Amino acid sequence: MANGQPNAQPPSGNFIKAVSAVVWKDLQAEFRSRELFSAMLVFSLLIILIFNFALELDVETRRSVTSGVLWATFAFAGTLGLNRSMAIEKDRGCLDGLLLAPVDRSAIYFGKVISNLAFMLIVEIIVLPVYSVLYNINLFQPGLLMVILLGSIGYVGVGTLLSTMSVQTRTRDILLPILLFPVVVPVLLAAVKASNGFLEGLELSEFLLPINLLIAYDIIFIAVAFMVFDNVVEE
Amino acid sequence: MQSKPVTLTILDVVSIILLGISTYLALVFAPTELVMGDVQRVFYFHIGTAWTALLGFILAAVFSVIYLVKKDLKWDRYQVAAIEVSLIFFFITIVLGSIWARPAWNTWWTWDPRLTTAAVTELIYIAYFMLRQGIDDPDRRARFGAVYALVGGLSAPITFFAIRLFRTIHPVVIGGANAEAEGGFSMTADMRVAFFFALFTFTIIFIDLFWNRIRLGDLQEKVEQLKLKVTM
Repeated sequence: MANGQPNAQPPSGNFIKAVSAVVWKDLQAEFRSRELFSAMLVFSLLIILIFNFALELDVETRRSVTSGVLWATFAFAGTLGLNRSMAIEKDRGCLDGLLLAPVDRSAIYFGKVISNLAFMLIVEIIVLPVYSVLYNINLFQPGLLMVILLGSIGYVGVGTLLSTMSVQTRTRDILLPILLFPVVVPVLLAAVKASNGFLEGLELSEFLLPINLLIAYDIIFIAVAFMVFDNVVEE
Repeated sequence: MQSKPVTLTILDVVSIILLGISTYLALVFAPTELVMGDVQRVFYFHIGTAWTALLGFILAAVFSVIYLVKKDLKWDRYQVAAIEVSLIFFFITIVLGSIWARPAWNTWWTWDPRLTTAAVTELIYIAYFMLRQGIDDPDRRARFGAVYALVGGLSAPITFFAIRLFRTIHPVVIGGANAEAEGGFSMTADMRVAFFFALFTFTIIFIDLFWNRIRLGDLQEKVEQLKLKVTM
């Protein structure tokens, strides 16, 4: 059974308790090993470094590409985290244990989404000030943080569903980004537009549309994933 | 051995004849467009293949839902057939479009909403086949395939609307000019004949290929079962 789970048999009706048990287990396992977090963080910093060389991030270029660089970084680091977080479950047979628990399967989905989201947000919270310092640009704007939250929710919502599938295939190490990226194009598109709007200090009405799209995408895809999750863990 | 249905054989022959007539209509019968000249003739097959490809992708999303509800592998075979045929048709659409775009827009490719969505859609369904290839168990393969086709089928139209909406707001991006300047035109009566005939032809060809592919899937399934019987 999964390590660190305080309550091995949550009552089947208690959905929230089951979700938080999964989240707690993931967070605790991560706090002990810190392997996922450190890998995602170092990888993010490396991507920013590569972009620095690849794009010659001088003052002029920076203004137009910052949101693109940030979202590309989050997307790449995100796949690393999603893949690892599901692979751990699969490798050590934890997934079977989780599935045996007398709880609704969607509780496992939401638990995984929340813990994946937590990892991603922690990495983003560290990457933002680092980027701010390196490139002398203020990224701590409430609007931008909200866009990052909305974008990450959509990304992780779909990503958790797809990584659950990809770890159960023979090509598990390479499949996730191939499955995930074409499907999250709307999220990345809208998030880059909206982030750009905040960074360039445009009127909110000019980029309200991408924000609405992010919210719509989050709702649609989490609802779909919630409905079909049973099908990707069924044995 | 299950013999090929007579109707399907007739449909094969009809498809070939229709394709011949449609080619004649598009290349000879339809008048040459005044501004763009002969290159405009790819338009008939371009729309024909695009329409059937979209039809197939929509069908595939519908089959996803039916499979997930009924769990009958028959719907999985329908889905694979629809996506496989559509993937090829859509590829033809993109290639024909590029051939037209080179003289009309002076570039093989632009990041216009339709083109971008077409590229993303192709990638989604290529990923679909890569996902299926990595799974041996037929039931699991069908379940994962159905889930991914559903997610992909929902995401592709959102991508299209997203790009279109944003670019309407920011008209500076390439392709912001009006339809006439981008190579739009109005059809004459003869062009319309060629156009609707091409649509009809490709719909028939789609049905024919779709049917053949389903039959192939059924036969593959039978082979699998026979193999199991031999080993047991």
